[in-house]
Amino acid sequence: MSSAFDYAPAPESRAVVDLAPAYGLFIDGEFTEGTGGDLRKTVSPATEEVLAEYTQGTADDVDRAVKAARTAFGKWSALPGAERAKYLFRIARIIQERSRELAVLETLDNGKPIRESRDADLPLVAAHFFYYAGWADKLGHAGFGPDPRPLGVAGQVIPWNFPLLMLAWKVAPALACGNTVVLKPAETTPLSALFFADICRQAGLPKGVVNIVTGDGSTGAALVAHPGIDKVAFTGSTEVGKAIARTVAGTDKKLTLELGGKAANIVFDDAPLDQAVEGIVNGIFFNQGHVCCAGSRLLVQESVQDELLDALKRRMATLRVGDPLDKNTDIGAINSAEQLARITELADAGEAEGAERWSPACELPGSGYWFAPTLFTGVTQAHRIAREEVFGPVLSVLTFRTPEEAVAKANNTPYGLSAGIWTEKGSRMLWMASKLRAGVIWSNTFNKFDPASPFGGYKESGFGREGGRHGLEAYLDV
Amino acid sequence: MSDRLSVLKTYKLYVGGKFPRSESGRVYEVTDAKGNWLANAPLSSRKDARDAVVAARKAFGGWSGATAYNRGQILYRTAEMLEGRRDQFAAEVADAEGLSKAKAAAQVDAAIDRWVWYAGWSDKVAQIAGSANPVAGPYFNLSAPEPTGVVAVLAPQESSFLGLVSVIAPAIVTGNTAVVVASEQAPLPALSLAEVLATSDLPGGVVNLLSGRTAELAAPLAAHQDVNAVDLTGAGAELAVELETAAADNLKRVLRPRAVDWTADPGTERLLAFLETKTVWHPMGV
Repeated sequence: MSSAFDYAPAPESRAVVDLAPAYGLFIDGEFTEGTGGDLRKTVSPATEEVLAEYTQGTADDVDRAVKAARTAFGKWSALPGAERAKYLFRIARIIQERSRELAVLETLDNGKPIRESRDADLPLVAAHFFYYAGWADKLGHAGFGPDPRPLGVAGQVIPWNFPLLMLAWKVAPALACGNTVVLKPAETTPLSALFFADICRQAGLPKGVVNIVTGDGSTGAALVAHPGIDKVAFTGSTEVGKAIARTVAGTDKKLTLELGGKAANIVFDDAPLDQAVEGIVNGIFFNQGHVCCAGSRLLVQESVQDELLDALKRRMATLRVGDPLDKNTDIGAINSAEQLARITELADAGEAEGAERWSPACELPGSGYWFAPTLFTGVTQAHRIAREEVFGPVLSVLTFRTPEEAVAKANNTPYGLSAGIWTEKGSRMLWMASKLRAGVIWSNTFNKFDPASPFGGYKESGFGREGGRHGLEAYLDV
Repeated sequence: MSDRLSVLKTYKLYVGGKFPRSESGRVYEVTDAKGNWLANAPLSSRKDARDAVVAARKAFGGWSGATAYNRGQILYRTAEMLEGRRDQFAAEVADAEGLSKAKAAAQVDAAIDRWVWYAGWSDKVAQIAGSANPVAGPYFNLSAPEPTGVVAVLAPQESSFLGLVSVIAPAIVTGNTAVVVASEQAPLPALSLAEVLATSDLPGGVVNLLSGRTAELAAPLAAHQDVNAVDLTGAGAELAVELETAAADNLKRVLRPRAVDWTADPGTERLLAFLETKTVWHPMGV
């Protein structure tokens, strides 16, 4: 699509981020070398430039971190809630102060557009700490008994799609409830968690309350299998979630899982189509589609299919793909070569199975990992792109005639994390919302998040909730 | 009184609102606490367990879609029916658990009272488990609990009636449907409970009762892809590990076994264990 005016580049400066050449593990309040001596590289997915080296945590390192967390647990859990709250308020404030630095860092390490890390990730991170800070001295009023107790040491494993936000979702409620944590950030995005360690230092958080052990999947496996932890919290793929559930079986460890999704975004013929188009684009192209609750299946009522798809394609043609640090960028880099390969393989399978593929004309950068926003029409429920989580900017379009058919198709998945409904008719919206087997329903909106709003899945999208009063339960002995 | 020969009851399973024998044609001998023969109970097979899951799934839509008020009315009706059969259950519990008449009657009374207690929760649980969420934006945002689906329940082995109703009632009052494996040694109170459920307006398939070997029935239930949750109360420690591992295959919600005093106030734990939280967002504006 030609436009009268082109955007000039508007890159955010990366000078605000001061990266060290290499990082150790944050255990017992200080950075230490790993016992294995192995370092890994973390790269910018937009350029493949090595940003820094970080430590491959071993089982021994995990053990040290768990012991530090156990030692710290006694005093931390015995602190009056109001005192724990003040530490969390401090952390929230420091995150706000350093939000520009952290947004740029997140964009560098993850590849997401600075517009999103600046306007979505970082505000939500600070808000999450503020929200749970306020719970720390009110737990007796949360509906879990007059004096609910913490669990102990929480082992937390988080994904690469929202590195710092997922850390906040895990750490804030855990600490508010009086637990101590050992957190393993994702292999491709360790940096913001390591910067968070510095925020803990600035906040004067007692040593051992938060421990950060970086590494690959084997580090995470060692953490969830460690006999010294009382709680496992994991966000990531359903496959790994199932393996963790097997590991935890027969122990006393409490488990919460936030796993994959294949959300239906359902558009009725009476929907405000322009708003629906914005919601569809936000639903699947936000964060390059690296979102577990992404609206990756568009279910459109047959009578408005042509009109909606025309408008959607027009809108997709205006999406700007490229430098994540550019403030005008809509779609950044795919997080890793491995993820790019998976998206490519599934998209190719979509074509091979007979769906029709469309992408707007867009020039992709020469280096880094990129995937153009992609739309598949003529998709059936049997196609892999309708069943499997792509975790990329790929939208599968299916159609329906009646609300009952929409519900049947939407629920025809082992996942159950989220769903979208677009209709002007209130009674139909509420009927649909009650029939959809998913933990979060967005009606006439999509991909909205808030620390006060519980988030989590039905069925194979996992169990437990993060956010809101409900999110406390995961970290209390109830 | 003349020496009238009594009419013995043929104990059968309760699946989909009907009283079938085990498809396997097998039975096993049930004795009282002293070893005297009481009855032959159906020795359910894996196929019976799968049939029960099908029945429970079929019943889920209607039961979960019924109003909370209606579910509460039906559960209260069940308590009424139990009250009318109080003496029968007291005798069965006395035999099953080797209790005195008075102690067995106390168990039955507590069970009936517990059923009433849970019946009252039907239209209240959403108010303690749900919330209106003050999000930072112009959105109406509400969280409400929903039943998780089909729950496989391994009833406690020791408490054949009070324990049994204490695990069934909280699972179904919120709209779940259940496949219940009765106490292996003492299944008769459970099989008689089925007769009460069948005459309480409870839709067929909401509760399905199986007797037999707990380990044999629990394995296919824990591995079943159309079961959403398992209550492992009646499983021993070793079996529970196997079952929880199998349950991970489709991420069933698992309630682990632990020591329970069935006479104590149960709290809300079992009600909340088989609920999902659904959060609905909608923009506000003119």
